Amino acid sequence: MTATVEPSAAEHEVGKARIRKEDDHLITGRTKWTDNLVLPGMLHMGLLRSPMAHARIAGIDVETAQAMPGVVAVYTGADLAEEQGSLPNAWQITEDMKAPQAPSLAVDTVRFAGDAVAMVIARTAAEAQDATEAIDVDYEDLPVVLDLADAASDGSDLVHPDLGTNVSAVWTFDSAEAGTGTDVEDEIRNAEVVVERTFRQQRLIPAFMEPRSVVVDPTGTQITMWSATQVPHILKLMLAMTLGIPEHKLRVIAPDVGGGFGGKLQVCPEEVLALLAARRLGKPVKYTESRSESMQAAHHGRDQIQKLTLAARRDGTVTGLKVELLADMGAYLRLVTSGIPILGAFMFNGIYKFPAYHFTCTNVFTNKAPTDAYRGAGRPEATFAIERIMDELATELDMDPLEVRAKNWIAHEEFPFDTVAGLTYDSGNYEAATAKAKELFDYDGLRREQAERRERGDTVQLGIGVSTFTEMCGLAPSRVLGSLSYGAGGWEHASVRMLPTGKVEVVTGSSAHGQGHETAFSQIVADRLGVPFEDVEVLHGDTQTSPRGLDTYGSRSLSVGGMAIVKAADRVIDKARPLAAHLMEASEDDLEFSDGQFTVKGTEASVGIADVALAVFAAHNLPDGAEPNLDSEATYDPDNFSFPHGTHLCAVEVDTETGFVTVRKYVCVDDIGTVVNPLIVEGQVHGGLAQGIAQALYEDAIYDESGTLLTGSFAEYLVPGAPDLPHFTTDRTETPATGNALGVKGVGEAGTIASTPAVVNSVLDAVRHMGVRDVEMPCSPMRVWKAIQAGQTSSTQEGVR
Amino acid sequence: MIPSGFDYVAPTSLDDAVAALADAGEDAKVIAGGQSLMPVLRLRLNSPSTLVDLGRIAELRGVREDGEAIVVGAMTTHHDVIADQLVGRHAALLTDATQTVADPQIRHRGTFGGSLAHADPAGDLGAVAVALNATLTVVGPNGRRDIGAEDFFTDFFTTALEPDEILASVRIPKHTGWAAHYEKFHRVAQSWSMVAVAATVDVDDSGVIREAAVGLTNMSAVPVRARAVEQALVGQSADLEVIRAAAEHAAEGADPMTDPNADAEYRTHLAKVLTRRAVVAAAGV
Repeated sequence: MTATVEPSAAEHEVGKARIRKEDDHLITGRTKWTDNLVLPGMLHMGLLRSPMAHARIAGIDVETAQAMPGVVAVYTGADLAEEQGSLPNAWQITEDMKAPQAPSLAVDTVRFAGDAVAMVIARTAAEAQDATEAIDVDYEDLPVVLDLADAASDGSDLVHPDLGTNVSAVWTFDSAEAGTGTDVEDEIRNAEVVVERTFRQQRLIPAFMEPRSVVVDPTGTQITMWSATQVPHILKLMLAMTLGIPEHKLRVIAPDVGGGFGGKLQVCPEEVLALLAARRLGKPVKYTESRSESMQAAHHGRDQIQKLTLAARRDGTVTGLKVELLADMGAYLRLVTSGIPILGAFMFNGIYKFPAYHFTCTNVFTNKAPTDAYRGAGRPEATFAIERIMDELATELDMDPLEVRAKNWIAHEEFPFDTVAGLTYDSGNYEAATAKAKELFDYDGLRREQAERRERGDTVQLGIGVSTFTEMCGLAPSRVLGSLSYGAGGWEHASVRMLPTGKVEVVTGSSAHGQGHETAFSQIVADRLGVPFEDVEVLHGDTQTSPRGLDTYGSRSLSVGGMAIVKAADRVIDKARPLAAHLMEASEDDLEFSDGQFTVKGTEASVGIADVALAVFAAHNLPDGAEPNLDSEATYDPDNFSFPHGTHLCAVEVDTETGFVTVRKYVCVDDIGTVVNPLIVEGQVHGGLAQGIAQALYEDAIYDESGTLLTGSFAEYLVPGAPDLPHFTTDRTETPATGNALGVKGVGEAGTIASTPAVVNSVLDAVRHMGVRDVEMPCSPMRVWKAIQAGQTSSTQEGVR
Repeated sequence: MIPSGFDYVAPTSLDDAVAALADAGEDAKVIAGGQSLMPVLRLRLNSPSTLVDLGRIAELRGVREDGEAIVVGAMTTHHDVIADQLVGRHAALLTDATQTVADPQIRHRGTFGGSLAHADPAGDLGAVAVALNATLTVVGPNGRRDIGAEDFFTDFFTTALEPDEILASVRIPKHTGWAAHYEKFHRVAQSWSMVAVAATVDVDDSGVIREAAVGLTNMSAVPVRARAVEQALVGQSADLEVIRAAAEHAAEGADPMTDPNADAEYRTHLAKVLTRRAVVAAAGV
């Protein structure tokens, strides 16, 4: 009988909606943010940034600034030209890719408004700020290149005259050449229907909550850098390679980090400059950017022009897709700028099985902030394009958009499926997710309401938008990255330490910045080792504690980082088994391990893993030659990506008098495989949806004709809040991934990737009958209203009113 | 960012504040709730030599009745305006508009007078002040003077206040029994009005509009009255067709600007739609 209700080890942790163990310190702020750090003798860095988008620096007068109170040093690009090197780009996508020099501090030319031109080191942050304003820079105007299409054309003014072109690289994939499918030009020639559309992915600002911040301490034998970064390991390696500092003389710490969304997957000029200043002066240096600096100078996301040509038969069967992209790099290639469009190249076919696919991307320089990873990185762009054009095909053929999709998607019994883009989708069930979503959404009911509103010419029209998406998570099989000329692998590392008291320390190379790794990884380890959830501590984000790792991005932490932890935990059990056998004087082969206990099969005799850990610590009674240590390490390199999918349905109301769009209902059924913590999943989905809806309706980084960022604060750059968003109805189907033992797929970006096309499709569905063919993102009230006006004037048919 | 250095004084009486402002010279600035000025300072768009903080002057807070008017102290917070019974009874339009200002945190710090003196064309309360024929009382070294709301706003972020004057209170003629509605249009809940319409009407028992007042936010460099709309409403019965026809006059005399969210054509259109909606909502049609 059970006298007490103990937390039964038999009750699985995986699947439990655990409240995140990191939340109490993150939410109360009783924790270590980089900007909270105060070191003895610490100095502060201020940066003077260029207000010009493209100009030659004819002279810099720092004399007044140098004499200001508290100022310790003022440096210009010329002072640091030798030692600052060029900021790294880790992704040479083609052999002849053009990569310009990218100094942290501009030496003779500024190339976007926000480029740093001088730095002040002072005793306080305020003094540093005051002194930057006293620096006088003499700029000579150079021609400003802003328009992406113009920049790519012959005869354009040049961002980097020394390169002789604004085109950095042209990258192609062709299914006929790759042997993954037929020839797309043939399919287009033979098609019964050809749909051609051009979509614009506007420029976005990642807008993480915690601004970028860095502290560098040069004292002692190593240089220590604390940075609000997603990638402490990559940062350490890149700093070593860029600045020539021996790798073992560097330690990088990412303390608690308040969000990133890809925006902190970077080696930032500010990090390099703080390090150089600290090294020169021999004192700790801190820099924390202001929000306006962050919006102006931290990397942006998206910014593509996508031309699509879709070939199909009249029955709705798609036969081929041609994609021609222009991708705006901005002024420089940052860490993975060049590769972002390539990450999308494998996703334009979505969940569909058409036979022919061609992709060409032209990477182009402009005088704007560099672009780089932003939540989804390549996949949102691809998903938007395919899901938008599937709706356009449905319109063209007068079919229901879900019917067109069902006609083309991979049926659940067809997995594993080799796609036309060369990937192998391991598992999925698009039928099940769609059926569930339709039911939760009341699809048929809303279609009826839509018809009624149209019928009576309601000024508020209803639109229904569909997005049946998939994406690739779990970056990444190292061999695949190698074949794409990426500069690193995609493995992850973990170690598990059994402490003498039975507590467990887990070290992961996947450094969290808000995802909830500490909770999810604790749940996995608790199940694996049969120890209480509370007894697991997850350590990360310090290259001294966690010497090996490839960090957090691309929804990789669970499917790659989690698997490394599973492997390391299993090795702990393997090491404990012979010792447990010895302690019980039994044969190893007779032992079974479950719920934290080694039991001699068919007997009551058992010993807990904590007891083994204590025995190992004492080491008094171990088998001959046994090493008194249960700690284990493992590195996991995935064989394949994982492929979450889902069906998202969105209903919007469009006020046709004003063009205002209100999201009325949003239903998503995601299949992310096995769920470790439903609460974390829910949070990721909600945040992802908000960000994807934001791209569809609100956010837009706008430059004026001189290259000044007009949306340099949250007054102009519109990030939606809870009042702007609907109640989300979320649900799941669960088709475990077959590529990893956990069956997990990843959920960090799914909401963002899926939702943008669902919303834009629904906006168009609401007003297409008024003559509207497209609305560029964000679908602002003015854009929607003007599209309706234009549609009403151009269409010969009677207006709705 | 960190503001430039400045001196700071926090007097406890209006007279002391006027004296402190005069002492500090022309580069000094008055700070009320700080909800607009602090961002300006942090962005270093302005670097005053001295800030004269009105936060400790009790006489500038609160609402009182004064014959045929109510008088709202310039330092009365938005939150206190919304909660005030006198405002609710005699100037329902002010209550309704103030409820749309920013978010609860800002409404607890930001003040009615501060918002008017800041004179942001997208600010919500200027249109209310002009619609309700408010009179602004300002105090300087040469004493008090009263300025009509329409004369107070002179340009973008510019008012008739002299650098050495302080806005002390706002006198609003009683609009007892007038129905009111503030129709605000903005892209996200936290953003400024692209266009907004402040409408208040006095409808008699037979449904005829006795009097009407309509103010427009962000349709010119300053808040403006839509007098043509008012004229088209007065004496008519409050029905949809009358209001629809009247609202077509909304942008007459306005001079809307163009920005990335809205060009002049779209603002002009919005003014008409929103005016119709504001009056319909106010009149309960």
